[in-house]
Amino acid sequence: MTTNAPPAAALKVLPPQASADALPAAPRDLAPLLLVPALILLMLPLVGSFPTWVTLTIAGLAMGMMIFIMASGLTLVFGLMDVLNFGHGAFVAVGAYAATMVLIPMRGWLEVDSLLVNLGVLGLAIALAMLSTALLGWAFERIIIAPVYGQHLKQILITMGGMIVAEQLINVVWGAEQIALPLPASLRGAILIGDAAVEKYRLVAVVIGLLVFAGMFLVLNRTKIGLLIRAGVENREMVEAMGYRIRRLFVAVFAAGSALAGLGGVLWGLYKETLSAAMGGDIMVMIFIVIIIGGLGSVGGCFIGALLMALVANYAGFLAPKFALVSNIVLMIAILLWRPAGMYSKSR
Amino acid sequence: MLHHILSGDLPKSRSLALALVLIVLGLAFAPFITSGARPLNTAATICVYIVLVASYDLLLGYTGIVSFAHTMFFGIGAYGVGLGLASAEPTWTAIFIGVVLALILALALALVVGLFALRVRSIFYAMITLAVASSFAVLASQLSDFTGGEDGKTFSVPELLSPGFQLLENEVFGRSVDGKVITYYIVFLGCVLLFLFLLRLVNSPFGRVLQAIRENEFRAEALGYRTVLYRIWANCLAALVAALAGALMALWLRYVGPKTMLGFEVMTDILLIVVIGGMGTMYGAVVGSTLFIIAQNYLKSLMAQGSTALSGVPMLAEALHPDRWMLWLGVLFVLSIYFFPTGIVGKLRMRQLKT
Repeated sequence: MTTNAPPAAALKVLPPQASADALPAAPRDLAPLLLVPALILLMLPLVGSFPTWVTLTIAGLAMGMMIFIMASGLTLVFGLMDVLNFGHGAFVAVGAYAATMVLIPMRGWLEVDSLLVNLGVLGLAIALAMLSTALLGWAFERIIIAPVYGQHLKQILITMGGMIVAEQLINVVWGAEQIALPLPASLRGAILIGDAAVEKYRLVAVVIGLLVFAGMFLVLNRTKIGLLIRAGVENREMVEAMGYRIRRLFVAVFAAGSALAGLGGVLWGLYKETLSAAMGGDIMVMIFIVIIIGGLGSVGGCFIGALLMALVANYAGFLAPKFALVSNIVLMIAILLWRPAGMYSKSR
Repeated sequence: MLHHILSGDLPKSRSLALALVLIVLGLAFAPFITSGARPLNTAATICVYIVLVASYDLLLGYTGIVSFAHTMFFGIGAYGVGLGLASAEPTWTAIFIGVVLALILALALALVVGLFALRVRSIFYAMITLAVASSFAVLASQLSDFTGGEDGKTFSVPELLSPGFQLLENEVFGRSVDGKVITYYIVFLGCVLLFLFLLRLVNSPFGRVLQAIRENEFRAEALGYRTVLYRIWANCLAALVAALAGALMALWLRYVGPKTMLGFEVMTDILLIVVIGGMGTMYGAVVGSTLFIIAQNYLKSLMAQGSTALSGVPMLAEALHPDRWMLWLGVLFVLSIYFFPTGIVGKLRMRQLKT
């Protein structure tokens, strides 16, 4: 093969100001973004009645937000360090159980019909849950995962083992019976928007989910730590070569991801109103489907994937209840047929 | 002769060989050296688990694929026999048709999932199989008209195999030779044949390619092997063997249900046995399953005693509760991945090499 020198004329044709200006923005990949609104609008005629449609949509959005909160930490950790934590579901369960340590002794405060007091107690429970799962995540990373970096097979096995141990420890610490987790008094029931009944708690979940997404988006895109995380996702060695201790960054991200799992666990526990140690395993399946759909390592993809999955599950539950059992898998297959590595995936 | 039967893959350790001989003899004569239903049940479960775990080892230990769908195939085989016998007269034809349909379904699913997910990274495959298997379990427990739902289905077996059937008038070594004993020997022989088939498979040129893929996939591909094809084949074969193991299990239990056949607990059991017994050797499955199932059946009563003895101590008594035995196994599992990743069999073989 001969090497052709580029014709000099071609070089001159390039606009001279190209080097002076900032780099052209990478083309945005908008198609997945449009999926959620398209799905919501498409379902309006199929559902038929407007109030039902509003109820279903808000229920789907609330569920999607909760799943996103739980899944985002996992996908971020995977993107940054190529570690897939099969024990992530256990953090969700631990978070929910930790919250009971506040919610059950302070049950009296939850019965007071004052939004402020209720939210205060709930905030305390969430803080405790996030703190304990962050600590657990930190310890888990140090003890369980640190020795097996770069070995996928061992990672899968060992985090699975960690999940089994954590699930059993929950039974030891909090007992093996299911625990009922009542909603705060002022968050029970539904409010009417027009003709549509919307459960208050779902609105709270949507708000918290949006706040978490906005917060993550801002931290990742507007702060130096976010810059480092994104750079680490792109090319880890290069960030290390520039003198940043990516190990520390990673431990921090792992702990933050675990804390988010704990937050998601509290929200999910209040949503289901009962807790069992096996909840982690059930949720794990949903989280996996979401991050497969979104593309491993992509937070934006995870957000869209979570909303899509929850919306499809809710609509399917209303339109064709038998189909709802497999709607997750069908959605996953459809997305993978369209984009074999998920919606936003940098690596294979 | 022995060399030929074992496909040239000898135990290579004196203590391992001794353990294997003891296990095989124990299982072969289990109906006559024990009495009562419980030991026989334990022995049959050990037989089936040996095959189930060995077929999983074909994936995990030999090819380096992590799959969470193995119970799905096990369950398909079990439901094949169960639904075949429950829907029609309990005849041998019903069993045969059920098994054939189950094998076809297992093969098709393994092929589809393999084609979908084995092209990409191993972690992707692990996640997708987990999702597919759990959906399958939900489906099996929800379609109650067809599968019997959460309760599962009990069914009757052909007359020869039913407990009421007596082959001999007299008792042999204190046990009457009834249909249950005949079923046990069918399960035992089926498992021996399947195990020897797997042993043959992993020591064939095909098995060597699988090991090459496990060690270095790029290199295997560079040598001209189409690794994706080999991995899909390994996946399909493991699925078929698991389905057959499930069929034997259903025949023995005369019951199919989502919890015993498709539950995630079965999958974690398999994982624990493979790792503790030894990945990448078929004998690991034999030693691991035997220890695990015996411990599961008898260690729990020991733990109950410990728990009552410590009933004053708050946390410790809870931790020794018989339902918590998975806690200790989980700890053992994590430790064994760190400190002896080759498992019991690997340890024994290493010791033989050193002396």
